[in-house]
Amino acid sequence: MVPLSWYLILSAILFCLGVSAFLLKRNIITIFMAIELMLNGVNLSFVAFANHWHQLSGQVFVFFVMVVAAAEAAVGLAIIIAVFRTRETLNVDQVNLLKL
Amino acid sequence: MLHQVLFIIFGLICVAGAVNLLIQRHPINSALSLVVVMGALSLIYLLLGAEFVAAVQIIVYAGAVMVLFVFVIMLLNAGAEERSRGSHVALWLGGPGVAVLTGLIVYLMVEHSSKFHDVTIGNLADFGDNTHAVANLLFKDFLLPFEITSILILIAIMGAVVLARREG
Repeated sequence: MVPLSWYLILSAILFCLGVSAFLLKRNIITIFMAIELMLNGVNLSFVAFANHWHQLSGQVFVFFVMVVAAAEAAVGLAIIIAVFRTRETLNVDQVNLLKL
Repeated sequence: MLHQVLFIIFGLICVAGAVNLLIQRHPINSALSLVVVMGALSLIYLLLGAEFVAAVQIIVYAGAVMVLFVFVIMLLNAGAEERSRGSHVALWLGGPGVAVLTGLIVYLMVEHSSKFHDVTIGNLADFGDNTHAVANLLFKDFLLPFEITSILILIAIMGAVVLARREG
Protein backbone atom coordinates (compact mmCIF):
# COMPACT_ATOMS: atom_id res chain seq x y z
CA MET A 1 0.00 0.00 0.00
CA VAL A 2 1.58 3.21 -1.17
CA PRO A 3 -0.06 6.57 -0.39
CA LEU A 4 -1.13 8.53 -3.46
CA SER A 5 0.93 11.49 -2.27
CA TRP A 6 4.14 9.52 -2.91
CA TYR A 7 3.28 9.28 -6.59
CA LEU A 8 2.39 12.98 -6.70
CA ILE A 9 5.66 13.93 -4.97
CA LEU A 10 7.64 11.83 -7.48
CA SER A 11 5.77 13.57 -10.28
CA ALA A 12 6.54 16.99 -8.78
CA ILE A 13 10.23 16.11 -8.41
CA LEU A 14 10.46 14.98 -12.04
CA PHE A 15 8.68 18.13 -13.23
CA CYS A 16 10.94 20.43 -11.20
CA LEU A 17 14.09 18.63 -12.40
CA GLY A 18 12.77 19.19 -15.92
CA VAL A 19 12.26 22.89 -15.21
CA SER A 20 15.77 23.27 -13.81
CA ALA A 21 17.29 21.41 -16.78
CA PHE A 22 15.29 23.70 -19.07
CA LEU A 23 16.69 26.78 -17.31
CA LEU A 24 20.28 25.64 -16.84
CA LYS A 25 21.21 23.69 -19.97
CA ARG A 26 22.68 25.56 -22.91
CA ASN A 27 22.34 22.90 -25.63
CA ILE A 28 19.12 23.28 -27.62
CA ILE A 29 18.58 19.50 -27.91
CA THR A 30 19.00 18.99 -24.16
CA ILE A 31 16.52 21.82 -23.51
CA PHE A 32 14.07 20.00 -25.74
CA MET A 33 14.62 16.79 -23.76
CA ALA A 34 13.89 18.72 -20.56
CA ILE A 35 10.45 19.56 -21.99
CA GLU A 36 9.83 15.83 -22.56
CA LEU A 37 10.84 15.18 -18.94
CA MET A 38 8.28 17.76 -17.73
CA LEU A 39 5.57 16.11 -19.86
CA ASN A 40 6.45 12.74 -18.32
CA GLY A 41 6.15 14.17 -14.82
CA VAL A 42 2.68 15.50 -15.59
CA ASN A 43 1.66 12.17 -17.17
CA LEU A 44 2.55 10.40 -13.93
CA SER A 45 0.19 12.61 -11.94
CA PHE A 46 -2.56 11.99 -14.54
CA VAL A 47 -2.21 8.21 -14.12
CA ALA A 48 -2.01 8.50 -10.32
CA PHE A 49 -5.25 10.51 -10.18
CA ALA A 50 -6.90 8.10 -12.64
CA ASN A 51 -6.13 5.38 -10.10
CA HIS A 52 -7.33 7.52 -7.20
CA TRP A 53 -10.73 8.47 -8.69
CA HIS A 54 -11.22 5.13 -10.51
CA GLN A 55 -11.69 7.05 -13.77
CA LEU A 56 -10.00 5.75 -16.89
CA SER A 57 -10.29 9.12 -18.65
CA GLY A 58 -7.02 10.09 -16.95
CA GLN A 59 -5.26 7.35 -18.90
CA VAL A 60 -6.92 8.51 -22.13
CA PHE A 61 -5.58 12.00 -21.41
CA VAL A 62 -2.08 10.55 -21.03
CA PHE A 63 -2.54 8.97 -24.46
CA PHE A 64 -3.40 12.37 -25.95
CA VAL A 65 -0.43 14.01 -24.20
CA MET A 66 1.85 11.38 -25.72
CA VAL A 67 0.42 11.99 -29.20
CA VAL A 68 0.96 15.75 -28.87
CA ALA A 69 4.47 15.17 -27.49
CA ALA A 70 5.37 12.95 -30.46
CA ALA A 71 4.10 15.57 -32.94
CA GLU A 72 5.95 18.27 -31.00
CA ALA A 73 9.19 16.24 -31.06
CA ALA A 74 8.99 15.76 -34.84
CA VAL A 75 8.38 19.47 -35.55
CA GLY A 76 10.82 20.68 -32.88
CA LEU A 77 13.67 18.52 -34.12
CA ALA A 78 13.01 19.72 -37.68
CA ILE A 79 13.26 23.30 -36.37
CA ILE A 80 16.53 22.40 -34.59
CA ILE A 81 17.93 21.04 -37.87
CA ALA A 82 16.86 24.24 -39.67
CA VAL A 83 18.47 26.40 -36.95
CA PHE A 84 21.69 24.40 -37.17
CA ARG A 85 21.76 24.84 -40.97
CA THR A 86 21.50 28.61 -40.78
CA ARG A 87 23.42 29.40 -37.55
CA GLU A 88 25.83 26.41 -37.42
CA THR A 89 25.53 26.18 -33.64
CA LEU A 90 23.45 24.35 -31.05
CA ASN A 91 24.22 26.78 -28.23
CA VAL A 92 21.14 28.85 -27.36
CA ASP A 93 23.32 31.76 -26.19
CA GLN A 94 24.46 32.25 -29.78
CA VAL A 95 20.95 32.21 -31.21
CA ASN A 96 20.17 35.78 -30.10
CA LEU A 97 19.13 37.81 -33.15
CA LEU A 98 16.02 39.06 -31.34
CA LYS A 99 18.08 40.40 -28.42
CA LEU A 100 18.75 44.12 -28.18
CA MET B 1 5.14 -4.01 1.43
CA LEU B 2 6.20 -5.34 -1.98
CA HIS B 3 4.42 -2.42 -3.60
CA GLN B 4 6.35 0.07 -1.45
CA VAL B 5 9.69 -1.58 -2.21
CA LEU B 6 8.98 -1.63 -5.96
CA PHE B 7 7.81 2.00 -5.90
CA ILE B 8 10.93 3.14 -4.05
CA ILE B 9 13.26 1.25 -6.40
CA PHE B 10 11.65 2.56 -9.60
CA GLY B 11 11.17 6.05 -8.16
CA LEU B 12 14.85 6.25 -7.23
CA ILE B 13 15.85 5.06 -10.73
CA CYS B 14 13.59 7.78 -12.18
CA VAL B 15 15.03 10.57 -10.03
CA ALA B 16 18.61 9.37 -10.59
CA GLY B 17 18.07 9.39 -14.36
CA ALA B 18 16.57 12.88 -14.27
CA VAL B 19 19.46 14.20 -12.13
CA ASN B 20 21.91 12.56 -14.53
CA LEU B 21 20.17 14.34 -17.44
CA LEU B 22 20.80 17.59 -15.60
CA ILE B 23 24.48 17.06 -14.79
CA GLN B 24 25.75 15.39 -17.98
CA ARG B 25 27.33 17.79 -20.45
CA HIS B 26 27.08 15.69 -23.62
CA PRO B 27 23.58 15.50 -25.17
CA ILE B 28 23.87 11.79 -25.98
CA ASN B 29 24.39 10.99 -22.28
CA SER B 30 21.37 13.13 -21.40
CA ALA B 31 19.28 11.32 -24.05
CA LEU B 32 20.22 7.88 -22.71
CA SER B 33 19.43 8.89 -19.11
CA LEU B 34 16.05 10.14 -20.35
CA VAL B 35 15.44 6.66 -21.80
CA VAL B 36 16.15 5.23 -18.32
CA VAL B 37 13.64 7.67 -16.77
CA MET B 38 10.98 6.67 -19.29
CA GLY B 39 11.53 2.93 -18.78
CA ALA B 40 11.29 3.26 -15.00
CA LEU B 41 8.16 5.42 -15.39
CA SER B 42 6.48 2.72 -17.48
CA LEU B 43 7.11 0.24 -14.64
CA ILE B 44 5.50 2.75 -12.23
CA TYR B 45 2.49 2.93 -14.58
CA LEU B 46 2.25 -0.86 -14.27
CA LEU B 47 2.17 -0.46 -10.47
CA LEU B 48 -0.76 1.94 -10.93
CA GLY B 49 -2.64 -0.62 -13.03
CA ALA B 50 -2.28 1.26 -16.33
CA GLU B 51 -0.99 -1.51 -18.60
CA PHE B 52 -1.93 0.21 -21.86
CA VAL B 53 -0.20 3.45 -20.89
CA ALA B 54 2.90 1.50 -19.80
CA ALA B 55 3.14 -0.25 -23.17
CA VAL B 56 2.57 2.99 -25.11
CA GLN B 57 5.17 4.72 -22.94
CA ILE B 58 7.79 2.15 -23.99
CA ILE B 59 6.76 2.05 -27.66
CA VAL B 60 6.16 5.76 -28.32
CA TYR B 61 8.41 7.56 -25.86
CA ALA B 62 11.36 5.26 -25.20
CA GLY B 63 11.12 3.81 -28.70
CA ALA B 64 10.08 6.40 -31.26
CA VAL B 65 10.66 9.83 -29.70
CA MET B 66 14.03 9.05 -28.12
CA VAL B 67 15.29 7.33 -31.28
CA LEU B 68 14.40 10.55 -33.12
CA PHE B 69 16.38 12.55 -30.55
CA VAL B 70 19.44 10.28 -30.75
CA PHE B 71 19.19 10.35 -34.55
CA VAL B 72 19.25 14.16 -34.61
CA ILE B 73 22.15 14.29 -32.12
CA MET B 74 24.14 11.95 -34.37
CA LEU B 75 23.10 13.82 -37.54
CA LEU B 76 24.18 17.22 -36.23
CA ASN B 77 27.31 15.72 -34.62
CA ALA B 78 26.53 17.54 -31.39
CA GLY B 79 29.51 17.84 -29.08
CA ALA B 80 29.73 18.51 -25.37
CA GLU B 81 28.01 21.64 -24.16
CA GLU B 82 30.19 24.75 -23.97
CA ARG B 83 30.28 26.75 -20.77
CA SER B 84 28.41 29.94 -21.51
CA ARG B 85 29.78 33.31 -20.53
CA GLY B 86 26.38 34.95 -20.87
CA SER B 87 24.16 36.10 -18.06
CA HIS B 88 23.61 33.84 -15.09
CA VAL B 89 20.17 35.19 -14.24
CA ALA B 90 18.64 31.76 -14.95
CA LEU B 91 21.04 30.15 -12.47
CA TRP B 92 20.65 32.68 -9.64
CA LEU B 93 16.90 33.23 -9.94
CA GLY B 94 15.78 29.92 -11.46
CA GLY B 95 17.65 27.58 -9.08
CA PRO B 96 16.13 28.97 -5.85
CA GLY B 97 12.77 29.39 -7.62
CA VAL B 98 12.67 25.74 -8.63
CA ALA B 99 13.79 24.67 -5.14
CA VAL B 100 10.99 26.73 -3.58
CA LEU B 101 8.46 25.28 -6.05
CA THR B 102 9.52 21.70 -5.24
CA GLY B 103 9.40 22.37 -1.50
CA LEU B 104 5.97 23.96 -1.78
CA ILE B 105 4.46 21.06 -3.76
CA VAL B 106 5.99 18.42 -1.48
CA TYR B 107 4.79 20.31 1.62
CA LEU B 108 1.25 20.56 0.21
CA MET B 109 1.18 16.86 -0.68
CA VAL B 110 2.40 15.81 2.77
CA GLU B 111 0.01 18.24 4.47
CA HIS B 112 -3.04 16.97 2.57
CA SER B 113 -2.02 13.33 2.27
CA SER B 114 -4.84 12.28 4.62
CA LYS B 115 -7.38 13.32 1.96
CA PHE B 116 -6.03 10.74 -0.52
CA HIS B 117 -6.59 7.05 -0.02
CA ASP B 118 -3.88 4.50 -0.63
CA VAL B 119 -3.08 3.06 -4.03
CA THR B 120 -3.18 -0.69 -4.48
CA ILE B 121 -1.77 -2.66 -7.39
CA GLY B 122 -4.36 -3.35 -10.07
CA ASN B 123 -6.87 -1.01 -8.46
CA LEU B 124 -8.83 -0.56 -11.70
CA ALA B 125 -9.42 -4.29 -12.13
CA ASP B 126 -13.18 -3.86 -11.75
CA PHE B 127 -13.16 -2.32 -15.23
CA GLY B 128 -11.97 -5.63 -16.62
CA ASP B 129 -9.05 -5.71 -19.05
CA ASN B 130 -7.34 -2.31 -18.92
CA THR B 131 -6.61 -2.05 -22.66
CA HIS B 132 -10.16 -3.07 -23.50
CA ALA B 133 -11.61 -0.44 -21.17
CA VAL B 134 -9.31 2.31 -22.47
CA ALA B 135 -10.20 1.41 -26.07
CA ASN B 136 -13.91 1.55 -25.24
CA LEU B 137 -13.48 5.02 -23.78
CA LEU B 138 -11.20 6.21 -26.58
CA PHE B 139 -13.43 5.13 -29.45
CA LYS B 140 -16.75 6.08 -27.86
CA ASP B 141 -16.54 9.08 -25.53
CA PHE B 142 -13.32 10.56 -26.95
CA LEU B 143 -13.88 9.75 -30.62
CA LEU B 144 -13.79 13.37 -31.84
CA PRO B 145 -10.55 14.31 -30.01
CA PHE B 146 -9.02 11.06 -31.27
CA GLU B 147 -9.83 11.95 -34.88
CA ILE B 148 -8.52 15.49 -34.37
CA THR B 149 -5.18 14.10 -33.15
CA SER B 150 -4.83 12.21 -36.43
CA ILE B 151 -5.16 15.51 -38.31
CA LEU B 152 -2.63 17.05 -35.88
CA ILE B 153 -0.14 14.28 -36.63
CA LEU B 154 -0.66 14.69 -40.38
CA ILE B 155 0.07 18.43 -40.10
CA ALA B 156 3.11 17.71 -37.89
CA ILE B 157 4.53 15.27 -40.46
CA MET B 158 4.13 17.82 -43.26
CA GLY B 159 5.63 20.57 -41.09
CA ALA B 160 8.63 18.41 -40.19
CA VAL B 161 9.27 17.56 -43.86
CA VAL B 162 8.97 21.19 -44.97
CA LEU B 163 11.19 22.52 -42.15
CA ALA B 164 13.94 19.92 -42.47
CA ARG B 165 14.09 19.97 -46.29
CA ARG B 166 17.30 21.28 -47.78
CA GLU B 167 16.74 24.58 -49.59
CA GLY B 168 17.14 24.66 -53.33
